Amino acid sequence: MTYIAKPKFHHPGLKKNELGYTHRDYEGKISTLCAGCGHDSITASIIEACYELSIEPHRVAKISGIGCSSKTPDYFLGNSHGFNSVHGRMPSVLTGANLANRDLIYLGVSGDGDSASIGFGQFAHSIRRGVNMTYIVENNGVYGLTKGQFSATADRGSKSKKGVVNTDNAIDLVAIALQLGATFVARSFSGDKTQLVPLIAAAIQHKGASFIDVISPCIAFNNHAGSTKSFDYVREHNDAVNRLDVLVGREPIHVDYAPGTVQVVEQHDGSRIALRKLDADYDAHDRLGAMTFLQKHAAKGQIVTGLLYVDPEAEDLHAHLNTVDTPLNALEAKTLCPGSAALDKINASLR
Amino acid sequence: MSVQSPISSVNDFVVRFANVNGSGSASANELFARAILRHGVPVSPRNIFPSNIQGLPTWYEVRVTEAGHLGARGGVDMMVAMNPQTWDKDVASIEPGGYLFYDSTKPMPSSKFRADITVIGVPLTAITNSTYTDPRQRQLFKNIIYLGALSALLEMDPKLIEQLIGEQYKGKEKLLSSNVHALHLGRDWALQNLKCPIGLRVKKADKVGDRIFVEGNSAAALGAVYGGATVCAWYPITPSSSLAEAFTSHCKKLRHDPETGKAQYAIVQAEDELASIGIVIGASWNGARAFTATSGPGISLMTEFIGLSYFAEIPAVIMDVQRAGPSTGMPTRTQQCDIIACAYASHGDTKHVLLFPEDPAEAFEFAATSFDLAERLQTVIFVMLDLDIGMNHRLCRPLRWDDARQYDRGKVMTTEMLEEGRDFGRYLDVDGDGIPYRTYPGTHPTKGSYFTRGTSRDRYARYSEEGPVYADNMQRLVRKFETAQDLVPRPLQANAAKPTKYGVIYFGSTAPAMDEAIEMLEARGHQLDRLRIRAFPFHSSVASFIADHDFVYVVEQNRDAQLRQLIVNENGIDPVRLVPILHYDGTPITARFIANAIGDHQDHLKVTPLRKAVS
Repeated sequence: MTYIAKPKFHHPGLKKNELGYTHRDYEGKISTLCAGCGHDSITASIIEACYELSIEPHRVAKISGIGCSSKTPDYFLGNSHGFNSVHGRMPSVLTGANLANRDLIYLGVSGDGDSASIGFGQFAHSIRRGVNMTYIVENNGVYGLTKGQFSATADRGSKSKKGVVNTDNAIDLVAIALQLGATFVARSFSGDKTQLVPLIAAAIQHKGASFIDVISPCIAFNNHAGSTKSFDYVREHNDAVNRLDVLVGREPIHVDYAPGTVQVVEQHDGSRIALRKLDADYDAHDRLGAMTFLQKHAAKGQIVTGLLYVDPEAEDLHAHLNTVDTPLNALEAKTLCPGSAALDKINASLR
Repeated sequence: MSVQSPISSVNDFVVRFANVNGSGSASANELFARAILRHGVPVSPRNIFPSNIQGLPTWYEVRVTEAGHLGARGGVDMMVAMNPQTWDKDVASIEPGGYLFYDSTKPMPSSKFRADITVIGVPLTAITNSTYTDPRQRQLFKNIIYLGALSALLEMDPKLIEQLIGEQYKGKEKLLSSNVHALHLGRDWALQNLKCPIGLRVKKADKVGDRIFVEGNSAAALGAVYGGATVCAWYPITPSSSLAEAFTSHCKKLRHDPETGKAQYAIVQAEDELASIGIVIGASWNGARAFTATSGPGISLMTEFIGLSYFAEIPAVIMDVQRAGPSTGMPTRTQQCDIIACAYASHGDTKHVLLFPEDPAEAFEFAATSFDLAERLQTVIFVMLDLDIGMNHRLCRPLRWDDARQYDRGKVMTTEMLEEGRDFGRYLDVDGDGIPYRTYPGTHPTKGSYFTRGTSRDRYARYSEEGPVYADNMQRLVRKFETAQDLVPRPLQANAAKPTKYGVIYFGSTAPAMDEAIEMLEARGHQLDRLRIRAFPFHSSVASFIADHDFVYVVEQNRDAQLRQLIVNENGIDPVRLVPILHYDGTPITARFIANAIGDHQDHLKVTPLRKAVS
């Protein structure tokens, strides 16, 4: 599977971005996931978003936990360092990496087992610390690699492939992220790339804790009647509150929206996103409103998607810790070591 | 009752303060210890405290030792009994001929005392209440008042105590003068009403030299600053919390950009030990020097990540301030009980580097060195402190730093090296020492990136479940561990005056008690060569030391002879040749204990040979 080498050649006429990179430069190894897996669509969306943003691939660190979703960083950005860490512990590894070098872009890829069960605590704490990252949960409501057990995001009453009905309540990671102060919160669907790509791009540009819950049906174990994470169910119940376009320079990535009802949000770093409202009542700057809206729609069985909340004035963990602008991993011994004279003074104070 | 003459001793006795936790006694007691040091007389103080903030009994023991024996001695020559809860036990623990100092404000029945000790009553509450009205002041100054009375009884120089108070409250004149006043209240009362001095006396000497008085946790934290640590993630747990807190305060003083005032470090109090070590591994993977401080229960929680550090070869430093286990065990008592847990932490085949500092000075050195070792070996390094070293002030040699010293950042392939076309295989053993090159994330646009994972992979970091590929990697890890043997601090050997067939191996906080025990054993006619192990993997000199002796005692502070197990296991030594000497009741090991245990065993060895039956 992974031994199959991906051919490097590509069409000479492939479009290049501002940095002169083609799509291919953002790809990784061949996916070993099942054909039709929602996760592969998310991988494609990440590649698309990074291409559109003209990110230097090697300036991204992609970090994951364990599970199907956590394998995907091997399938995109082949020239980036990746870290497939320990089950449920991506957030702490990412936090440490971010502290060491604030200049890289941190992409955390996780799943619902990884983030809502074994790593629920780490998910929560990385969000509440405001780590500058894009945290994507590829949410299929099921443990795929171990063949179909329910995960903690599986809705109560939904049915497993074997016909078992889930009696536990579901954890809604979006609701938790909002409560814990994530400054960019979105939900999307792996089957809706037009919605997902700009969300990922905007999340990457956001300087703070960005969280995207992507419903990503498991073709092998959770795509049947009775599942609330199947392609059909999500399509039927998807309630998109807005559409997003990331403005790179002056041009939006996608220009296929009808004029009117567009709000331009300028983020702290000067980047801009264009928000096209689909639901006139929805305000993506109102955290409390978002929480209520989500609850009401969830009760009706609807899956609210779109950019649910953004704080353009977000701060990150480095701001809270008041760390120097130079990445900590680039500080040299002469800065870090106080030297013998300072030590002599310390010795004197200990007598 | 037999007539017992009072103990008479100059600069060689043990005073124990029995207090109630949270009564503010700690600073007065520490002041007492420091005051004796200012007389040029070494002291070795120890906190014996409960896992509690207020109300439970706590003791502070000061061993006054002109001879410089810094281990715990055992026994109490003078008890300062300030806690009614523990009165009976405290009184019973005084050595025959010893002294009992107590608050005589309320009369006590004679049955509460002993005839074979000298009882010294000072009406502390009465003196305090007649001087102070504020309840908190009454409580705090009562401690200073007893210190004043003790200074008279032990013939201490009050000027030296005043000087210390002056340094402590520099710039806070009101506090300074009220403390000095309280000191003299007690001192004057004692001089006027008691026979001063008693048999125990402090006499000026010149035995402290340039030594410093510091807690091991603080020294280790300073070692982390000097060693270039920039990321610290930790979760509060006794007895290691003060290490992370000391790192914070050292960094505040030493690690802010003078121009911008910004921090050249990042400290995160994590949600648990799993996150702590995760943050450390993430930061180290990304090229920063990072560490965590924890204790046994934290090690248990970290083991999955420790295995990742070993297998994915990511540097990490864990400072384990050991306490008595298993489970929650005795959180405020000392032991050396995490040796096996750390040496083999994680599922699967793993081995880890352990460093065993003997005191704060070595804790400083080893903490600094641990970052060089972690980056050189690309694996986790444990600095094995314990509560006895970590949470007590210990007299030790001054901390030293050679300004010419460079950090060893290990094998890191740079942008330039990649540009030159050097072959980069993340797990490729290019030098035959088992240590591959790594790259930091973000180094080069097209070269040197790799995918770090806890799964098996080939030399070029490509996922593989092929048996030979897996075995090849596991063998390289063994080679790397062999390389570590010559990089870690070597054992220190000290031979007996006369050639002997017997040796003793010890490590860590046992050192001062061991040194003293050797003197006691020599006095009993037993000669022993000594080897202080300072690191695992064991240097070849450990095996040769054992080979050179008929029997080797292995002295340690745990039940299961964990270091001995490690020696037997790793060096293939016949267990019969290693005699365990084990102390594990949570108190620090004493010279008396070691000398008795080894002495008894040695006496046993002198069996008269069976005579052949002669017809």
